[in-house]
Amino acid sequence: MNELLISGGRVLDPASGTDRVADVLVRDGVVAAVGPDVAAASPGADVLDARGCWVTPGLIDLHTHLREPGGEGAEDVATGSAAAAAGGYTAVSPMANTDPVADTAVVIELVLRRGREVGLVDLLPVASITRGLGGVELTPMGELARSDARVDFFSDDGIPLGDSLVMRRALQYATAFDVVVCNHSEDPVLTADAQMNEGAMSSVLGLPGWPREAEEIMLARDLILAHGAGARLHVPHLTTAGGVELVRRAKQAGTRVTAEVTPHHLLLEDVEVAAYDAVMKVNPPLRTAADVAVLRAALIDGTIDAVATDHAPHGREAKRQPWEHAPCGMLGLETAFPIVHTELVRTGRMDALTAVARFTTGPATVRNTRGHGGPIVPGSPANLQVFDPELTWTVDRALLRSRADNTPFHGRTLVGRARHTVLHGRPTLRDGAVVTEVPNV
Amino acid sequence: MSAPLTDLIAIRDLTRDQVDDLLDTAREMLPIARRERASVPTLRGRIVCNLFLEDSTRTRLSFDLAAKRLSADVVDFTAEGTSVTKGESLLDTAETLMALGVDLIVLRTSSAGAPVQLAREVEVPVLNAGDGWHQHPTQALLDALTIRERCGTVEGARVTIVGDVLHSRVARSEVELLRMLGAHVTLVAPPTLLPPDVGGWGVTVASDIDAVLPDTDVLYVLRVQRERMHRAFFPSTREYASVWGIGADRLRRLPADALLMHPGPVNRGVELTSEAMEDPRSVITEQVTNGIAVRMACLYRLLSATTRAEVAS
Repeated sequence: MNELLISGGRVLDPASGTDRVADVLVRDGVVAAVGPDVAAASPGADVLDARGCWVTPGLIDLHTHLREPGGEGAEDVATGSAAAAAGGYTAVSPMANTDPVADTAVVIELVLRRGREVGLVDLLPVASITRGLGGVELTPMGELARSDARVDFFSDDGIPLGDSLVMRRALQYATAFDVVVCNHSEDPVLTADAQMNEGAMSSVLGLPGWPREAEEIMLARDLILAHGAGARLHVPHLTTAGGVELVRRAKQAGTRVTAEVTPHHLLLEDVEVAAYDAVMKVNPPLRTAADVAVLRAALIDGTIDAVATDHAPHGREAKRQPWEHAPCGMLGLETAFPIVHTELVRTGRMDALTAVARFTTGPATVRNTRGHGGPIVPGSPANLQVFDPELTWTVDRALLRSRADNTPFHGRTLVGRARHTVLHGRPTLRDGAVVTEVPNV
Repeated sequence: MSAPLTDLIAIRDLTRDQVDDLLDTAREMLPIARRERASVPTLRGRIVCNLFLEDSTRTRLSFDLAAKRLSADVVDFTAEGTSVTKGESLLDTAETLMALGVDLIVLRTSSAGAPVQLAREVEVPVLNAGDGWHQHPTQALLDALTIRERCGTVEGARVTIVGDVLHSRVARSEVELLRMLGAHVTLVAPPTLLPPDVGGWGVTVASDIDAVLPDTDVLYVLRVQRERMHRAFFPSTREYASVWGIGADRLRRLPADALLMHPGPVNRGVELTSEAMEDPRSVITEQVTNGIAVRMACLYRLLSATTRAEVAS
């Protein structure tokens, strides 16, 4: 019998509506008891001190680039999993734009197996919508849904599915298996050569602009198609005020749509581009203060269901190129929850339980998160984060666990950080250190 | 005494004092640029590297002559068509140039912001000779010098800039400098070739060139690339020439003592007719000569801190 006692923390569990100080006893990977008196019942348990900390469900990321296979120079399943554990995550969704593309059960099961071998975070499978991200032929959705990987989420992330016919068929076909289709909301014709948000800053900096219309047009099309098909549509990385309004109206109209926002779009504005440091280059681009305000409000009121990192590692050499040649993307796993905590919870704009919900129950409404996201009640899988809300720390790109170091938050002071992370009853992060020994599986 | 110049990348990085100093210095250089006076040994022993990652024969010649009139040694690193143009190894190239011991890098590139990135990496001054659509500061300075020489001052001048502002590094530098020097700037462009949100630029935007011309002291015509029409920025070169182009008829509306300027090279028959180029108000060739003087001043100021030290020793 393997017992773990998480002692003296404030249990914040949106799924059960719990917000109280309690011990959590874990036995053989499952929550055994939650309450004030469970410590005495388990004198032999391994103890994680959670005094002064929040005990939340392990965080879930809907949007992660682990780069394996094919991009191991920037990240692989092991380094990405370590970053996830350090960020309080117990489940992440590795995107399909690998090399080879995750469009067959073979590739997906390979990645999932690597995830189990590393054992630091559960991987929730994602397949591409179209073969090879080509935008033409559909991947075998039925086979993938019924494979061992049980794929329930399809995304060509990074490449917008521009062909309305293929998108319509994908949505229609997906309804047979009740799986989710997620399209990068960007009209690629309007964003040819685009380098940053189109606006006053792009005009000064002489960089081709990324018009907000490109996001809104593609999003409007997808919402209309999803509504007609009765399909489940997930909107990745919303960035514009207009996009938020489209999602809000679609939800009111009964469209089966969910939406996510990234930490960087909740925090950073296009003025960050002024130094031409390509670490600030991201797709979709950093927008304006007005957009940030609307995104924050939509996250608070639930129009946006989840915070997702779009964790996108890129090697330093790639990011040191002149802006127009550098790839898009930012690290996110280790800083996501601390950013939301620092910017929205500490400032009083968002209550703690809602913040936790956007990383746990929110993602669980988007897709099947397989035992992640709570509730923290007896019988549930013990996937937990112990978060220290008082720890003040400064982001240092050299100390992040990702192989790449392209964080846009280098040098920024954040308040709050994961202290322990528990995956199926086993600590993957303990007192801020990733526990790397591989468990027997 | 203005603050020493460490790099010259964008006009907005300069103070008014620095601009005045550069223009005053350029004025002193004019007789040398015009070959009325012999070269001077000011920068003897200094090595200026022309790193041109985008083809520009005219600008490179101008920088080359400017350096040589000051007796600097000039090395050319032309990488048109190589991997450097793709930006893959700009910083590697910079490292090599440092190891070779160059004292200043003149960078021309199609990548907006690349000089900013380069300046962060190298210890020697970086002089931006044009980066993408971003900036072309020496062009703006030579234009300001031209206006000053002709009109006495830039202050209060009514400058109309007509053409493809969106894709123009010249226009961005021009607007920043002319505004700093107190000119009133009006932009006239097809709406498709106007950058978004120029409200913060402190300029007037107009769409009827004929209405603006009578109140113009300086008419600045931008180059328009014919390829733009293929991306639907405007319908045809014929329409461009008739609606936005400057010909002899249109020039009749321009006051007799106004100036006609163009950064070159001119697309004859598109933004400017051959007839218009021969108009007595045209100062296009003066701009070219003044460019040498301005680039001499910039090279001198960027290298002067160390130059002074050497003279003293």
